Amino acid sequence: MDWALFSSSFWPIVRGGLTGTIPLALASFAIGLVLALGIALMRLSTHPVVSWLGRAYVSLIRGTPLLVQLFVVFYGMPSIGIVINPWPSAIIAFSLNVGGYAAEVIRAAILSVPTGQWEAAYTIGMPRVTTLRRIVLPQAARVSVPPLSNTFISLVKDTSLASLILVTEAFREAQNIAAFSNEFMLLYLEAALVYWLICTVLSFGQTRIERRLERYV
Amino acid sequence: MSEALLAARGIRKSFGEHEVLRGVDLDVRRGQVIALIGPSGSGKTTLLRSLNGLETPSAGTLELDGGPSLDFARPVPKAQRFALRDRSAMVFQHHNLFPHLTVLQNVVEGPVQVRRVPRAEAEARALGLLERVGLADKRDAYPRQLSGGQQQRVGIVRALALGPDLLLFDEPTSALDPELVGEVLTVMKELADEGWTMVVVTHELSFARAVANEVLFLDGGVVLERGAPRDLFTDPQQERTRQFLHRILNPLD
Ligand SMILES: Nc1ncnc2c1ncn2[C@@H]1O[C@H](COP(=O)(O)OP(=O)(O)O)[C@@H](O)[C@H]1O
Ligand SMILES: [Mg+2]
Repeated sequence: MDWALFSSSFWPIVRGGLTGTIPLALASFAIGLVLALGIALMRLSTHPVVSWLGRAYVSLIRGTPLLVQLFVVFYGMPSIGIVINPWPSAIIAFSLNVGGYAAEVIRAAILSVPTGQWEAAYTIGMPRVTTLRRIVLPQAARVSVPPLSNTFISLVKDTSLASLILVTEAFREAQNIAAFSNEFMLLYLEAALVYWLICTVLSFGQTRIERRLERYV
Repeated sequence: MSEALLAARGIRKSFGEHEVLRGVDLDVRRGQVIALIGPSGSGKTTLLRSLNGLETPSAGTLELDGGPSLDFARPVPKAQRFALRDRSAMVFQHHNLFPHLTVLQNVVEGPVQVRRVPRAEAEARALGLLERVGLADKRDAYPRQLSGGQQQRVGIVRALALGPDLLLFDEPTSALDPELVGEVLTVMKELADEGWTMVVVTHELSFARAVANEVLFLDGGVVLERGAPRDLFTDPQQERTRQFLHRILNPLD
């Protein structure tokens, strides 16, 4: 085991994580969540066309590989005249992807709020949108934290795919060092270790958020 | 006789093929307490929910003094349904308090978010109401930290906070442990004494006898019998009413 190489490459990989992996995951997750809420509400709409569009979106996203989605955005779009840089491409593809998966989580969470809550809000005069914002979503948020945390942790790992469209993140740093040092096993295991550390920290955070939300219900 | 507040005529409601209400008339005068009794599935909840706009009847008319006036033979405009809802407030069997809000927040949510009452003013009023039901010290508790009786009393205060003309109660004590029933009925009796107009679905015959001005016996979606509690309880005219009262008073027979 080449400890000197291990320790000299550790910081570049971690830096790739801090400046690539994590910002990429955070930005995609934030945008994806907003998108997911919209798709979830479309799915729940009583308007058949609207709910069908929502369902079609979820089906497309979940029924196709993330890598293919990424390649469509980065390598596919230029052939119809739309060239998007690696970073925006990655954020677009990951956001769209999270949007599809998280939409189902949010939809299930909204449906898990008892109808009595809608009715109580109705009888105190609340319009539907206010009910959703003030009464239903806060309760749905509580229910969706565990599955959404899992979505986020998966996303952090999936961002390694962005190395294939030239985004500099943790895994691409490891690949670069491996390429000139020829120590593939060492570098890829080291990359794995960095991802594992990030995900472990995130799991701790997840547990803490869940505890805080347990104040009620 | 005090003035009429609500007049319902020929209220019908079907769920698919199943006709749950088959032409119900109901008159409520200001300050009156009406008790609705009847076997399970007779349509009591559906009738009550129709008065609040939670259900839209398939036919019939509903008129509130000062508006709105609804005819369910035609599609009811949303604005009218909202107007109906704003005149009455519902206390549910399972309280339906908002679990993520404190007691005080539950009570001021309607006044602040819907009626746009300034928060400080709404809170002062809410605290006064909580005081009256003996729960001012629970203002910062979450619903799950309260007993069933306390939860139901907060549910009542939440309804009162909107200053409705009509209070609707759907079996407010039937989900409670027996020793907690009294505290809720006491609050309801005080409200009746203060002159609130109330329609109460209940199996608490002693409450109905002590508080109600009129009792309606609902069976199979129609009002089979109505009258003053004294008359209806001691000398029911219909065989079905007699059987029902007998079953309630002698559950083992
Ligand atoms: N939303 C609904 N959809 C279909 N059937 C319903 C619905 N609500 C009530 N019912 C039916 O209507 C009948 C009367 O119900 P309800 O008004 O709750 O009676 P009660 O309160 O007297 O027990 C029952 O048979 C019930 O199953
Ligand atoms: Mg009922």
